[in-house]
Amino acid sequence: MGKKRVIPGFGLSFGITVFWLGIIILIPLSALFIKAAGLGPGEWWKILTSARVLAAAKLTFGASAAAAAVSTVLGLLVAWVLVRYQFPGRRILDAIVDLPFALPTAVAGITLTSIYAPTGWIGKYLADMGIQGAYSPFGVFIALTFIGFPFVVRTVQPVMEDMGLELEEASAILGAGRWTTFRRVIFPVLIPALITGFTLAFARAIGEYGSVIFISGNLPMKTEILPLLIVAQLEQVKYEAAAVIASGMLLVSFFLLFLINLLQRRLNWQTR
Amino acid sequence: MSISIQSIRKTFGSYTALDNISLEVPDGSLTALLGPSGSGKTTLLRIVAGLEFADPGSGRVLFHGEDVTDVQAGQRGVGFVFQHYALFKHMTVAENIAFGLTVLPSSKRPPKKDIDDRVNELLGLVKLDGLGKRRPHELSGGQRQRVALARALAIRPKVLLLDEPFGALDAQVRKDLRRWLRIFHDEIGLTTLFVTHDQEEALELADQVVVMANSRIEQVGPPQQVYDHPETPFVIRFLGNVNAIKDSRNPEAPIYVRPHDVSILFAAEADPATDRLARVQHLFAAGPVAKLSLRLDDGQFLDAELSRQQLDELGLDVGDPVAVRMQGASRFE
Repeated sequence: MGKKRVIPGFGLSFGITVFWLGIIILIPLSALFIKAAGLGPGEWWKILTSARVLAAAKLTFGASAAAAAVSTVLGLLVAWVLVRYQFPGRRILDAIVDLPFALPTAVAGITLTSIYAPTGWIGKYLADMGIQGAYSPFGVFIALTFIGFPFVVRTVQPVMEDMGLELEEASAILGAGRWTTFRRVIFPVLIPALITGFTLAFARAIGEYGSVIFISGNLPMKTEILPLLIVAQLEQVKYEAAAVIASGMLLVSFFLLFLINLLQRRLNWQTR
Repeated sequence: MSISIQSIRKTFGSYTALDNISLEVPDGSLTALLGPSGSGKTTLLRIVAGLEFADPGSGRVLFHGEDVTDVQAGQRGVGFVFQHYALFKHMTVAENIAFGLTVLPSSKRPPKKDIDDRVNELLGLVKLDGLGKRRPHELSGGQRQRVALARALAIRPKVLLLDEPFGALDAQVRKDLRRWLRIFHDEIGLTTLFVTHDQEEALELADQVVVMANSRIEQVGPPQQVYDHPETPFVIRFLGNVNAIKDSRNPEAPIYVRPHDVSILFAAEADPATDRLARVQHLFAAGPVAKLSLRLDDGQFLDAELSRQQLDELGLDVGDPVAVRMQGASRFE
């Protein structure tokens, strides 16, 4: 410790970091696990493997992963359009991307529900094709995509802006076609940002509550998500059960995010 | 392979970047496009490369007599080195160099072993043996520059185009690389066109210098000729320090004379027909060349350069009267 550091203030800033992380993240999370510890391992197991919890977990993680994946593709496309093309209304479009960040999620949920309901503007066309928009797992997926895709746009956009046109020109002049240039020159540079965007969208989707409860219909075993199940337990004063589900969800999320992080390290050419 | 540029025009909106440019780049030559920024030199290079296309209906670009005006960049067979190299950072040096070969359609792509051999050969050519597995960010600026060069050469281009090849390097590396490029060019004999804003670089390196200003070509010729016989005031000003001295004979067209072409004599030796009287205003004598700032009898300032020996013989000091004789002066009337 006696070593001199070039950047001053390590002690102070590290102290603040630990204190802050402690009071806003670690202490609440430990309280959660302490609460959950009120039940024994047998009861833990029983709650977590109950059909209703498993169904909700499947929907939550499945729809979140699917939504994050679609958000990644859509977000890449939107970022590309915003960075590469000049057109009237570009700045407005750019600002619209942030709306899902700011809009109260309940508002988003209600709006999406009315549009995607079988009688709604889009929902009726979906219904014609035999697809149920709102009140279905597909509805959950729609809400989570809406919530998630700005994360991808905002993580990819700066990397794309940095990239400039020279790399593409260099590739073209060496004889590469457009697709080859995208696959071998542009895409690899964007991968780290895309994974970060995916991770953020995924994490956000797992925890999403407000928009989903309106569009999903909340049918147990069918369209019920984990956060809603937790609230349902709380309403029935089953605090321990709620804490157990929350803890389980947290552990799985942590594990998944950790895996993505590892993958990102492997794929990132900068740290390889 | 020669490059022939025939009355090319290029406009960006209302701005004319190239105004009816015609230029012949002889086979095997090393030609410099020299000019200040905004002169159109980079646009011209990019049109030759196929990265930019001349205005529809304007002239043609020919490689060895073959019209390539409408050919896409990737099909022209040109090697291009970007100012900031544009190396693919996620690839190794070897992968960068091999890129142009690995993207060939499978029918034309050489076998992997041949590609590897070619990469090694190129690494040797640009003096980067053994660095094939590195990544661009692990290399110095000069090394990256040479990787970019090797990558451009891998496709066996017909012509080599370089955009400000030494622009991003520091002075010493710049000098070394400049010398190296000249030798390198003489070895491989590839027709090379490079853009620079540095007159010293163009004069030292090129066989042929093309001076550009305001979207036009001002003068084309071997370095010595362009330097000694400038055809326009712009060229004489751009190619080095020069005095512009007005006289009574034609106040509209000043006499241009380079500081080293100014002779200084004792005031008593002045020949009224050719010489003018002046006083030493300032004197700087550290270094091999003494630099004098003189004030002519009509108040104009004139810079002159003398060898230290000449200065000692004259024994000049600030305030001394002298006579100046301007040799090799140019006047554009």
